[in-house]
Amino acid sequence: MMWKWLHPYANPEISYHFSGKILPWCARLAFIFLSIGITWALLFAPADYQQGDTFRIFYLHVPAAMLSMGIYLGMAIAALSSLVWQLKLADASVAAMAPIGATFTFIALVTGAAWGKPMWGTWWIWDARLTSELILLFLYLGVIALHNAFEDKALAGKAAGILALVGVINLPIIKYSVEWWNTLHQGATVSKLGKPSMSADMFWPFLICFIGFAFLVTALICLRFRTEVLNRNSMRPWVRELVADEEKAHAV
Amino acid sequence: MQFDSINEFLAMGGYGFYVWLSYGVSIVALALLVFSSLSEHKKIKQKISQRQKREIKLRQAAELQKAQTSADISHNI
Repeated sequence: MMWKWLHPYANPEISYHFSGKILPWCARLAFIFLSIGITWALLFAPADYQQGDTFRIFYLHVPAAMLSMGIYLGMAIAALSSLVWQLKLADASVAAMAPIGATFTFIALVTGAAWGKPMWGTWWIWDARLTSELILLFLYLGVIALHNAFEDKALAGKAAGILALVGVINLPIIKYSVEWWNTLHQGATVSKLGKPSMSADMFWPFLICFIGFAFLVTALICLRFRTEVLNRNSMRPWVRELVADEEKAHAV
Repeated sequence: MQFDSINEFLAMGGYGFYVWLSYGVSIVALALLVFSSLSEHKKIKQKISQRQKREIKLRQAAELQKAQTSADISHNI
């Protein structure tokens, strides 16, 4: 049943056009949500009673950190389906997601450091949460490097996929590091089920920023996925026709 | 609105440097990601179309040569 439904998406031409259709909508929604969310976060959200206006970093830091882990999870699932079912498109999506995840991990680390300096008195400490997030960045960079290390895309995909899967162990470590070890980093504020420890006038701008970043990530994944699909299928007739047609359209 | 003046907004209650550092680095990093993704997409299409043009030229040259050699042969005979 599921295979029947999934089957057309294993076709590179269909998934190329499908991702091309959702890309502009995700980009528009990302623009709308982020303009509202960031304006709200910077101008209208209240300052924290303890942290003052540094709390405005929260609206970048937490969505970036959550997405850095979410993208990794998606990338690892794609890597698994590539290794188990030999889906070539899954390799393309792993390659598409890695640079996006690396950028969000970088943002989470930099905004964290810029928030840590005024609040904890230090840009960086080697505690569990910060170190495991830094390892996440290195895992992303490793996946990118392995994808570029081999001429043979199938071999590159396999090597990068294995690294991505092994690195999944890091995700629960990041998530629970604030509970398992003593750390300067504060515990979960948003994802605490049942009793959210945030007031509504901070939660709503956060949610809107998060949704905006999530749409931006989806749009970027679509765009980079399309590039990867073209690169891997450049000798196929449908790609040749598509490129020739676009060339003609530009010439006119 | 949480701020009464533009100066107060920029100062961020004394934490301006850290807040604007965060927002600045994030925007620059995301802009780089967006533009590199767009330019890579364009580049791959250019690469494919250039290769196609080269193939067409090579094919035309091969056909021309073939036509010439066959013409030469018939001339010699």
